[in-house]
Amino acid sequence: MINSLFLISHSGDIFLEKHWKSVISRSVCDYFLEAKEKAGDPENVAPVLQTPHHYLISIYRGKLFFLSVTQTEVPPLFVIEFLHRVADTFQDYFGDCSEVLIKENTVTVYELLEEMLDNGFPLATESNVLKEMIRPPTILRSVVNTLTGGSNVGGTLPTGQLSNVPWRRAGVKYTNNEAYFDVIEEIDAILDKSGTTVFAEIQGVIEACVKLTGMPDLTLSFMNPRLLDDVSFHPCVRFKRWESEHVLSFIPPDGNFRLMSYHVSSQNLVAIPVYVKQNISFLETGSCGRLDITIGPKQTMGKTVESLMVTIPMPKSVLSVNLTATQGTYTFDLTTKVVLWDVGKLNPQKLPNLRGSISIQTGAPKPEENPSINIDMKLQQLAISGLKVSRLDMYGEKYKPFKGVKYVTKAGKFQVRT
Amino acid sequence: MTDSKYFTTTKKGEIFELKAELNSDKKEKKKEAVKKVIASMTVGKDVSALFPDVVNCMQTDNLELKKLVYLYLMNYAKSQPDMAIMAVNTFVKDCEDPNPLIRALAVRTMGCIRVDKITEYLCEPLRKCLKDEDPYVRKTAAVCVAKLHDINAQLVEDQGFLDTLKDLISDSNPMVVANAVAALSEIAESHPNSNLLDLNPQTINKLLTALNECTEWGQIFILDCLANYTPRDDRESQSICERVTPRLSHANSAVVLSAVKVLMKFMEMLPKDLDYYGTLLKKLAPPLVTLLSAEPELQYVALRNINLIVQRRPEILKHEMKVFFVKYNDPIYVKLEKLDIMIRLASQANIAQVLAELKEYATEVDVDFVRKAVRAIGRCAIKVEQSAERCVSTLLDLIQTKVNYVVQEAIVVIKDIFRKYPNKYESVIATLCENLDSLDEPEARAAMIWIVGEYAERIDNADELLESFLEGFHDESTQVQLQLLTAIVKLFLKKPTETQELVQQVLSLATQDSDNPDLRDRGYIYWRLLSTDPVAAKEVVLAEKPLISEETDLIEPTLLEELICHIGTLASVYHKPPSAFVEGSRGVQHKRLPGSAGSGESVESPDTGSAAGVSDAPPAVIPSQGDLLGDLLNLDLTPPATTGPPPPATSGMQLGAMDLLGGGLDSLLGGDLGGSSAMGAGFGAPPAAPAASFSAPVSGGLDDLFDLGGGVGMPMGAYSPPKTVWLPAMKGKGLEISGTFARRAGVIQMEMTLTNKAMSVMTDFAIQFNRNSFGLAPAGPLQVLTPLSPNQSIEVTLPLNTVGPVMKMDPLNNLQVAVKNNIDVFYFSCQYPISMLFVEDGKMERQVFLATWKDISNDNEAQFQIKDCHLSSDAVSNKLQGSNIFTIAKRTVDGQDMLYQSTKLSNGIWVLAELRVQTGNPTFTVCLKCRAPEVSQCVFQSYDAVLKN
Repeated sequence: MINSLFLISHSGDIFLEKHWKSVISRSVCDYFLEAKEKAGDPENVAPVLQTPHHYLISIYRGKLFFLSVTQTEVPPLFVIEFLHRVADTFQDYFGDCSEVLIKENTVTVYELLEEMLDNGFPLATESNVLKEMIRPPTILRSVVNTLTGGSNVGGTLPTGQLSNVPWRRAGVKYTNNEAYFDVIEEIDAILDKSGTTVFAEIQGVIEACVKLTGMPDLTLSFMNPRLLDDVSFHPCVRFKRWESEHVLSFIPPDGNFRLMSYHVSSQNLVAIPVYVKQNISFLETGSCGRLDITIGPKQTMGKTVESLMVTIPMPKSVLSVNLTATQGTYTFDLTTKVVLWDVGKLNPQKLPNLRGSISIQTGAPKPEENPSINIDMKLQQLAISGLKVSRLDMYGEKYKPFKGVKYVTKAGKFQVRT
Repeated sequence: MTDSKYFTTTKKGEIFELKAELNSDKKEKKKEAVKKVIASMTVGKDVSALFPDVVNCMQTDNLELKKLVYLYLMNYAKSQPDMAIMAVNTFVKDCEDPNPLIRALAVRTMGCIRVDKITEYLCEPLRKCLKDEDPYVRKTAAVCVAKLHDINAQLVEDQGFLDTLKDLISDSNPMVVANAVAALSEIAESHPNSNLLDLNPQTINKLLTALNECTEWGQIFILDCLANYTPRDDRESQSICERVTPRLSHANSAVVLSAVKVLMKFMEMLPKDLDYYGTLLKKLAPPLVTLLSAEPELQYVALRNINLIVQRRPEILKHEMKVFFVKYNDPIYVKLEKLDIMIRLASQANIAQVLAELKEYATEVDVDFVRKAVRAIGRCAIKVEQSAERCVSTLLDLIQTKVNYVVQEAIVVIKDIFRKYPNKYESVIATLCENLDSLDEPEARAAMIWIVGEYAERIDNADELLESFLEGFHDESTQVQLQLLTAIVKLFLKKPTETQELVQQVLSLATQDSDNPDLRDRGYIYWRLLSTDPVAAKEVVLAEKPLISEETDLIEPTLLEELICHIGTLASVYHKPPSAFVEGSRGVQHKRLPGSAGSGESVESPDTGSAAGVSDAPPAVIPSQGDLLGDLLNLDLTPPATTGPPPPATSGMQLGAMDLLGGGLDSLLGGDLGGSSAMGAGFGAPPAAPAASFSAPVSGGLDDLFDLGGGVGMPMGAYSPPKTVWLPAMKGKGLEISGTFARRAGVIQMEMTLTNKAMSVMTDFAIQFNRNSFGLAPAGPLQVLTPLSPNQSIEVTLPLNTVGPVMKMDPLNNLQVAVKNNIDVFYFSCQYPISMLFVEDGKMERQVFLATWKDISNDNEAQFQIKDCHLSSDAVSNKLQGSNIFTIAKRTVDGQDMLYQSTKLSNGIWVLAELRVQTGNPTFTVCLKCRAPEVSQCVFQSYDAVLKN
């Protein structure tokens, strides 16, 4: 099981350690730092490392490494999942998962880690349960605490842990009862030079924000549940009901949670909202090249493409670019060599275009690789897979809740090869 | 207000100040002080000096303060054991607190204080907590047992906590069950054979019930525990699978992968024709694909596991190629793994897509990735024959880019393609030669040199090319030097007239100017070979090479089986069995997949049959007789096709070594040296003199050995040794062969039991022998008509004759055998009892016996003793006759029986014997006379074996 956790900044500074069993010297991190040095880019550090006496399993989140040390055979996915959960919890508690915030809240962090793991076994990882035991710091509460001498630590037993619904705390009360569901879909796609789809899939999630009094039992049904053949559910969802009736039946946790995630992979179902006409070329002689990109709408299902953003990582030998954008603004980062073009809303009448020249270091050879173009965008009120919620029913409580469903489609890893 | 203020107290006298604050009367001040102490501790500052002061704050009603003090205690109790005792009382009191949260907290914290003295006080409260009415306390106590075990294992056993823990598996609360399982699993890891988790259908049922209701982490522990269970039959297996399948839709990827492990393992037991089996296969694909949309770290572990799953059951993901396509911003470790799986999934159906992708990758930025992509193109060519041509043209396109590392990598893989498809793509050699100068990596240089040597006859300026390499011979790496030596020898054998000087030069460079023993040995062997028998040299150096196959980079089936049982663990990430790396792996048990229940139904559905290992044509072909020798010797030397230096040179060396002996033998036997001795004339003897050893083993009368004689006779109870294992399953990719030899009704038979211990069906068996001392050869093909299903055994009898090619072996009765099946070719050697070569007409006339006895010189007489034999001389005589050792005369002198016996070997060699048996003395003396005294030792062994059985 998990022995120890080290938090390491991306510059390699170990700023927090927590041991759940015997103390392991922080010198064990040297193996990791060595691997990090070798990998260059922090994202490229292999997540599972072996040292003579320990195994180091790490994740990289928010420019921080969460490095766990184990001594025995453990399922690495278990450790990685847990580390992500730790990062999620920090984010949930402090608004972000950064070195500064963690240092500001060390005692809370320490208390949280103590509650989340016992002797290496996960103890309480549900945010509902944790919040019952350790209250998240808020400005108001810290003021109140200083005045009254109250504390962040709850004195009650986390009752949810014992019931059949360990994810929900008991005795929830709201004056406004509301339940919101966001259907968020991300398109992962690779398009080749000519615009043909090499690969495309949709990663969808349903994020819920449920603030309902008591123990409500909800049933969410879809117009077209057959779309969903590859799903993963929050533990609260009754799998049997899904298998037999294709409805989501559950007692929700209190607050924000991810109800389900799904995956639509059959390619004909994946609509590609934009097309990209591009030409990036480097001249064989002389140290320059040309760039010309136009973006137009393709299958947008009648919605407007918003927050359109184009990222082009240029070859390292590129010195500067001189471009003109017909819409939006562009920037070129001299150190990372990334062209970032913030287009904004896509107007089908007047297609945005970015063109101009690229200059390369004199004497450098013609770059061998072709940059890929990364597209970011958003389409409101649309789940591109066509998924639609038909109704939400509540049982077990008398009151009438306020219900809402929102759809949004975004680009995930949407890449165009050149 | 944030906690960062606690970090500002780095000034002098900090400890002193804190001490004062801790002892303050004000509650609030105290708490703030403890917080400061904790903050300092968190960042690794030593605040242990404050121990007594902090412990004093423990007795408080404020839960937060209590928790903070507990935190502190856990950290520093170890360094202050005496002080820590002060805290014991509070703990014991807290364990009785009416609030279960406090009880649990107390027992939890106590377990974390790793001080021996404290553990003794812990036992009583722990025992109470394990039986607490509140499940939250029980579950915490379960984990505490594991903690205590870590500190003092003996204590835990003595106090009977392990039994209590086992009882908790039947607890009514799923969370308690999960924690009990987790604790037991952890304890079991340090007692691999303790059988702590004694799984039976009842406990399994309890676990499956708890599985539905416990937390995600508990599910992981339970699933991992379930995976260790072996169901009694396929029905139980199916019912477990059905109850585990819903876990595939869990949001936690570790739960998903653990469920996949259970299913992959229990699936083995399901009959393949069951509808449910097909359903299950279909259900496995989507969750595995979903794992790939998670965070990169999770993807990496998932990919390593998918790599195993794809090798075991390629049908699961065969339509999911696209999800493994690489995105440019994937971390490099994900990219490399995806590439590996793409090659495994490549088939004729999707090869066009794969190649287009690979070509795209070959223009990426990351050098490691580009190299691997180029290599992958070569592997595709070797795997999917139909695509070879496209792969080669893709590689040529890449060579045109002139990007240095791309060119070098391409040349290395083209060499492999040449070996897989000889005489097909040699037209590209010219293009390759153009790039000779740009090669600076040893592997690429060695590959290019190999190509030049191998195709010397088609390259007009091969001599110039090789000569150019020779200039810097001593600066080259060993790999290149060895390759250069072999290539030039090849060139010489192909174009002897123009290259004498060159070969002379390389031989002297290798033998005289190099300190590398491998290089020197190989040089000497070539030299010796070329100077004694150039024809043999040609046969050896230019021998036809066994084909390479895609197989080489697959994980060996028994290891794969074990790794499948370890899906989701570190072992599956490293692709090594846990015993290979888990610290102190005291007798870690090797896990095995359960066998299929329907073993009676030996015919599997065709798709699983072909899917099990190779998807294409059977790989390595058994080469013709001559090459088999090379193969037999090459056994351990052939490196994987896509990595390592090219093998032919190595095999050339080994071949040389062996044939050198064979050649020497021939010449000593008076066979003509044959061939153009003019070619060899240019050579003197090599400076060192290993020659003596070549002629040593061959003495006078060996030619007798090689007369061939068949035997016809009556059925008799000849001695046959018990079966022994010749080819263990570990070496035979799951095929185990045990066997023996017998002579029945005058026919020599090889009786074998073939057992399939792999998980796939084996078919297409064939057998060949290497040349051997008595020309033993199969008289017919190996009769294995039905495919051999997993866990099935088959008895095969192979009749042998003695008309095969002859080569003296050491020991004389050694036999090297190659057995082929649809998976691979396996080699083993065994020794046959020479008695099975004793023919039925081996009874000599008395007169002839006498004359022959006198005729054979006394130098050829050998005397042996047979100990501990309690037979009378008549019994001896009868027994030996059963094995065709005939008693011709018996004489009794001074109470000692002298038996005169004759035996004839299948090749016509007569062996005469005088056996002295003294009544009451269990030690017999046997005196053997033969024109070929080499056989005496073997004949004696047969005497010994026959008489003692």
